[in-house]
Amino acid sequence: MMKKIFPVLVVVAAAMFAYAPFMILAAPYESTMGLVQKIFYFHAACGMAMFLAAFVSGIGSAGFLFSKKPSYDRMAVAGAELTVIIGLIVLVTGPLWARKAWGVWWQWDARLTSTLVMWMIFNAYLLLRRYGGLGSEKLAAAVALFGMANVPFVYWSVNVWRTLHPKTSVIPSLQPGMRGPFWFCVAAFLLLSIVILMLRTELEKRRQELDALYLAAED
Amino acid sequence: MDFSSLRFVDVTRTFGRRRALSRVSFTAEAGTITALLGHNGAGKSTLLSIAATLLQPTSGRVLYGDHPGNGSAVLRGRIGMLGHDLYLYPELSAAENLRFFAEIYGLTDVERRVARGLEMAKLIDRADDAVGGYSRGMRQRLAVERALIHEPRLMLLDEPFTGLDEASREALRQRLRMARAAGTIVILTTHDIAAIENLTDATVTLVDGRLVA
Amino acid sequence: MTGFVGAVSVIVRKDLLVEARTREILFTTLFFAVACVLVFAFGFVREGRAVSDAASGILWIAIAFSGTLALGRAFERERHGETLRALLIAPIDRPALYVGKLVGILILMAAVEAVVVPMVALMFQAPLFDHALLMIGLLAAGTVGFAAVGTLFAAMLMRTRSRDVMLPVLLYPITIPVIIAGVRGTAALLEADGLPMARAWLAMLVAFDVMFVTLALWTFEPVMTE
Repeated sequence: MMKKIFPVLVVVAAAMFAYAPFMILAAPYESTMGLVQKIFYFHAACGMAMFLAAFVSGIGSAGFLFSKKPSYDRMAVAGAELTVIIGLIVLVTGPLWARKAWGVWWQWDARLTSTLVMWMIFNAYLLLRRYGGLGSEKLAAAVALFGMANVPFVYWSVNVWRTLHPKTSVIPSLQPGMRGPFWFCVAAFLLLSIVILMLRTELEKRRQELDALYLAAED
Repeated sequence: MDFSSLRFVDVTRTFGRRRALSRVSFTAEAGTITALLGHNGAGKSTLLSIAATLLQPTSGRVLYGDHPGNGSAVLRGRIGMLGHDLYLYPELSAAENLRFFAEIYGLTDVERRVARGLEMAKLIDRADDAVGGYSRGMRQRLAVERALIHEPRLMLLDEPFTGLDEASREALRQRLRMARAAGTIVILTTHDIAAIENLTDATVTLVDGRLVA
Repeated sequence: MTGFVGAVSVIVRKDLLVEARTREILFTTLFFAVACVLVFAFGFVREGRAVSDAASGILWIAIAFSGTLALGRAFERERHGETLRALLIAPIDRPALYVGKLVGILILMAAVEAVVVPMVALMFQAPLFDHALLMIGLLAAGTVGFAAVGTLFAAMLMRTRSRDVMLPVLLYPITIPVIIAGVRGTAALLEADGLPMARAWLAMLVAFDVMFVTLALWTFEPVMTE
């Protein structure tokens, strides 16, 4: 079933991305920021995709730690790689927008900081898998689990920390004309995420099968 | 919990692309010494780790008597192991090392066992010196006593004869014969056949993770 | 079979005994923490005097850095002679091994903090002990949070390549809430009407500790066995 759905998803996602710029162009201008604000459609959608990917990785990690099934590990690594890549998009588009809109590259508010910390944790996850040697998949799974448990604490701490400083709202409340393009882009990125996750888990499955073939060839 | 044999049934263990053990089956009975022979990398240490419940087999079963290996604390209490690195704390004295392990194993008559271990290892006069200052032979004797302090049913030794002079080797052989007489299942690995002359009741040879006749 | 508390007690006593023989980790960690404070102090000096509100930040950074070092050294000891393996084979609850090592690290860190905290108070004219109980509470809760995660990671990295650099890489992002709470809590404590804020931070640290000690107890066995 997965294999049959896959090409459909790819085509739909591609079509959505082809259409998205037109929707964004047609959307109304935001009153204060003008054209620059339109980066928000991709930036916020990427943010949501990043949390989805992180969530998938967290579930995969927990499953792998406690059940040791390789299918969970495939989920975990696919989710982690996607989190890092989409997170990079979020962390680059964000400051680009912020610089033009509010004059600062970065701000230590709760949302930005917890996004950055989570991104770093998944980078650490990938570093451990790559450079840790044998058996590091299980250790990395523990790191992912701790990382997920950590995010609410980071969010809370930075929130409280920031009450003493002025806050600028990162996401303004949406005008009606913007909701359509916004949710369209969110759907497009979520679909893209699912496509990439499916592809990556399949790749990992092939790698594991290759290992098994190597072993069988020794007989 | 007690058992009178160790059985490996079709045990395979893989690490990624490497197969360390391939469908290994053998039995070791109580009151016997079995030698595990093979070159470096043949899978001997992996086999010992599985027997010690530190590693799970990828497939196959390990049976302790009739009980399957489950890594439970009760089972672990009946197993003793001596690794290549001896498992001793160099900053502590012989007596302190023995005492620590006796307490960890939940033994009730700690001081008596410590005294007996020191006696068997012939280390009574050096009992309070830090182990870091001992010779290899002395540390080996202490390590063997440490591994036997809880009178395990299964005793696993990884390359115990390495780095020992002939006198120490003979002392170790004697000690293992004593353990055998007490009904222990002794399994030791070595790649030096001469060291185990007149010692073993059975040999198991591994080549590339496989048992050869 | 030894009980949980019995096993923890035996392990802690052994660690204290080993440390008492050499005092190596204690002295080197202490010296490193003091050096940290000095280096950061010089980094923040303005017009010949250290900036006063840098005190809380410098204190907690010194604790984090020296704690990481102590964790690495403590487990390096169990690697030498492979004694950790012997402990994993022993008939104790594996989580008891975790708790035993954790308590040992906490005692060590407490000894280091006993020197570093008064030193910071003195060098920066920061009245850290005006509200001694609250300060000690922050230090205790913060150190427990840091050490709880650190002990698990240091143990699980023992057979890993590049373990020396991997420990900080993994530990620092996850202990960021501890650092934030420690620094802001201490800073609040130093302000005139900051006590309620300091207590709020303490509460968060306690919640963090409960969460992460539980998580560590839960994951210790799967992570240490294959």
